[in-house]
Amino acid sequence: MMFAAAAMAILVALSMVVIRAIKGPTVFDRVLAGNSVGMLAILLLAVIGFLTGRPQFLDVALTYGLLNLIATLAVLKFFRHGDLAYDAEEDSKP
Amino acid sequence: MVLLTLLAAVAIAIVRQRSLFGVVLLSGIYSFLIASVMIVLDAIDVALTEASVGAGVSVVILLATLHLIKTTEAAHTRASWLPIFVSLGVGGALVWGTLTLPPFGTPDAPIHRHVAPYYIENALRETNVPNIVSAVLADYRGYDTLGETVVIFTAGIGVMMLLRGGKRRRSEDDKAEDAS
Repeated sequence: MMFAAAAMAILVALSMVVIRAIKGPTVFDRVLAGNSVGMLAILLLAVIGFLTGRPQFLDVALTYGLLNLIATLAVLKFFRHGDLAYDAEEDSKP
Repeated sequence: MVLLTLLAAVAIAIVRQRSLFGVVLLSGIYSFLIASVMIVLDAIDVALTEASVGAGVSVVILLATLHLIKTTEAAHTRASWLPIFVSLGVGGALVWGTLTLPPFGTPDAPIHRHVAPYYIENALRETNVPNIVSAVLADYRGYDTLGETVVIFTAGIGVMMLLRGGKRRRSEDDKAEDAS
């Protein structure tokens, strides 16, 4: 029962985040929404794992967490430098 | 159901989005949503692949592509109604086709009576692989899996060459500018 309520709450949060991602006027709204969607997917995965009595879903949730971090970092790096392979040391060379 | 509604909303937003950067971000969100749908459908391995490829790698690759190419905004073309009728017709035909399928999870559906019992009974004896799914993928359908691997490997090599080639050419340009 508690897990079902948690799953419903996560779905509500997910819909609010998606609304922000679609409306979001700036890029940062969308980046944050993308990160939040990833996080909510992780939570949903964990909750569904416990809801159906298979806690080994948590391993997959951990993998999601790592991927989410990489994607967000790549997006932010691209936005800051316009290049994924940006190296700060190259800039400081004469 | 909620997830599917969100999925449709994000898909429409992707089509209507004018900035390519926003499209990349929204497609990442779309991947995570469809991965959640896969989890709800109990296909955890497909969900894992979708999240890693769709939300992780393809966002990075698309951003790298955005960096390499120049983006120009196309003039707004007049939307024609024929494509949406075609896609609605095909979608309706597919849905109509699923109506006569046996219900989800029926044990005596045709798909469960064709080769699946043979695999379940003989996989361990013939292949010595304890996991039946692995035995089917890597042994019974070995050529199929080999072909898939070749395709993915070739695509990966192509993408890597594109990304590295672009970088090298630009640094040569920089050198030429310095020399002149």
